[in-house]
Amino acid sequence: MTTLDTGPTTAPRPSFFNDPVVRGIVYQVLVAVLLVAFIVWIVGNTATNLAAQNKSTGFDFLWKTAGFDISFSLIPWTRASIYWEAFLVGITNTLLVAFVGIIAATILGFTIGIARLSSNFIVSSLATIYVETIRNIPLLLQLFFWYFAVLKAMPAVRDSIQLPLESFINQRGIFVPKPIPDPQFGFVWIGIALAIIGVIVLRTWAKRRLEATGKRFPVFLTSLAVLIAIPTIVWFASGASVEFEPPVLERFNFKGGLQLPPEFVALLFGLTIYTASFIAETVRGGIQAVSRGQTEAAMSLGLKEGDRLRLVIVPQAMRVIVPPLTSQYLNLTKNSSLGAAIGYPELVNVFSGTALNQTGRAIECIALTMLVYLTFSLLTSAIMNWYNARVSLVER
Amino acid sequence: MTEVSATTQDRAAPHMTVSQTNVAIEVVGMHKWYADFHVLRDINLKVMEGERIVIAGPSGSGKSTLIRCINRLEEHQEGQIIVNGTELTADIKRIDEVRREVGMVFQHFNLFPHLTILQNLTLAPIWVRGIPKAEAEATAMHYLERVKIPEQANKFPGQLSGGQQQRVAIARSLCMQPKIMLFDEPTSALDPEMVKEVLEVMISLAEEGMTMICVTHEMGFARQVANRVIFMDQGQIIEQNEPEAFFSNPQHERTKLFLSQILH
Ligand SMILES: Nc1ncnc2c1ncn2[C@@H]1O[C@H](COP(=O)(O)OP(=O)(O)OP(=O)(O)O)[C@@H](O)[C@H]1O
Ligand SMILES: [Mg+2]
Repeated sequence: MTTLDTGPTTAPRPSFFNDPVVRGIVYQVLVAVLLVAFIVWIVGNTATNLAAQNKSTGFDFLWKTAGFDISFSLIPWTRASIYWEAFLVGITNTLLVAFVGIIAATILGFTIGIARLSSNFIVSSLATIYVETIRNIPLLLQLFFWYFAVLKAMPAVRDSIQLPLESFINQRGIFVPKPIPDPQFGFVWIGIALAIIGVIVLRTWAKRRLEATGKRFPVFLTSLAVLIAIPTIVWFASGASVEFEPPVLERFNFKGGLQLPPEFVALLFGLTIYTASFIAETVRGGIQAVSRGQTEAAMSLGLKEGDRLRLVIVPQAMRVIVPPLTSQYLNLTKNSSLGAAIGYPELVNVFSGTALNQTGRAIECIALTMLVYLTFSLLTSAIMNWYNARVSLVER
Repeated sequence: MTEVSATTQDRAAPHMTVSQTNVAIEVVGMHKWYADFHVLRDINLKVMEGERIVIAGPSGSGKSTLIRCINRLEEHQEGQIIVNGTELTADIKRIDEVRREVGMVFQHFNLFPHLTILQNLTLAPIWVRGIPKAEAEATAMHYLERVKIPEQANKFPGQLSGGQQQRVAIARSLCMQPKIMLFDEPTSALDPEMVKEVLEVMISLAEEGMTMICVTHEMGFARQVANRVIFMDQGQIIEQNEPEAFFSNPQHERTKLFLSQILH
């Protein structure tokens, strides 16, 4: 089509219903109306049902005595504790297994992900078999395996299997020596804090010096030395000591020591091993996403292997790895609710299980539990968005 | 093919001096295999300091493999490769020594996408040569001016056109002050209008007496700056000659066929 008119012309407006702006508004209003209608309906419905059953509602039960036992708790718990405390016990138990699980799964996952890329055929095959097997077995089944087939199949207490370092394993879990620091040990904590500050100062100084004079400094080794030396010196100087209280077999059970209940160990193993297989895939994908050309360019500039990895490959791989990695962390946290099936007292088990059954406040208990998981999710995605905004590549 | 402006052509010839005595690269009886596949067969090549070599040949003839052996991106199995007096072996120290002195420009630029242009240029000088940051940045700006894009210093590679990226890649190599530059089809991934800007940079490098080996099909460039054109086929050096003689009077059938295909 040829245009003879050379002056600026405005494009003709589309008809009312074809205007993308109008359409956008119409769709959004429609969705909002439907959503509100649905919520009104479900709330009204539930309220009517509860009223018909003469059930009371509200959060007042949180301050009433719970009166049940919890097998494992980080914070003090007795039968006389109130429901609010049960809620906190659930949260801390969930956070405990999630925290330890995330650290363990990260280490295992990175190791296996890198192993999959190994040029050694046996190493890479083993890693592949691990990933393909573990990813494809339902997590609940794996938890049952660890709990019933492994830990519960351990011998009875009097036939406990002795492990190194005065530890024991039996049906009731793993018993390890319990560290009991004396009061002087506070100085060692201060020493550790000082060492960390020292390392930060050292790194900043080394970076400045590199920029100013071009001289490199063995930052990694010196940091390691500082981290070990300062706390050790403080330890001896202050005369602090840590007693280890070993578990001792008495007539029916172990006394002293630290007991890791089988429910915790099984859940931890299951979550770690399962999540590590997904992390391994993420790591492999991230490293492979950095093209061979990047390594070659770095090589041809004369960068040594360590510098190539640190300055070129890892920063690029991490951009690809970190977002799916955080969602794996979130998955692990949510999957820890399967601990309810093997009796680990995590949040769902304690609060949406026992507490709900005893109080009958279904809506309240489930809402509070959901709120906790929602908070975890929102926090994670906030951190994620911040990270992505910080590292995203500038493209045209 | 791209015509290069007459002015650069006039300036070119006189300054280009080739050392008669100093050998930059010497390849003797070199063979390379990929598993059972014999990619390079009995390569013998001597490049003097200041010499500019163009390598041509059909796809798959082993051109890239040959120049990648010179900075040990690929390893050879037989024969010798000596660069600046250092023989390339499995010894990592020697490999690093050679790589510090040999720059390489790739077909697909391979800039570091997570670093700004300036950081791309200063990375190796800082971490390999131990040059203070301020000095490395000054050098980087100097070379960015030489490739005529100082205003792009704080952008990221993804924000530049192909031609600009390739010029940055050349500048990045130059910041290491290499004695030898290797080019592997530096213009073949570029749109026609960007080829010229990259070739101009390469020509001005040649004028300054840089020792260069270029794999390229830019025959205009070969005519103008090369001392020697090498023709490869099926892993062998079939023929080598001065550009004029090479183009006007090729000796081998395969060379004739190749030239007739690319020169139409
Ligand atoms: N890593 C590798 N493993 C096996 N064979 C390879 C590998 N790299 C290259 N080859 C083969 O070696 C031969 C030479 O490849 P090379 O890339 O050197 O050719 P080239 O002359 O540069 O070709 P082009 O003009 O297409 O770039 C080709 O047949 C190629 O398929
Ligand atoms: Mg090639």
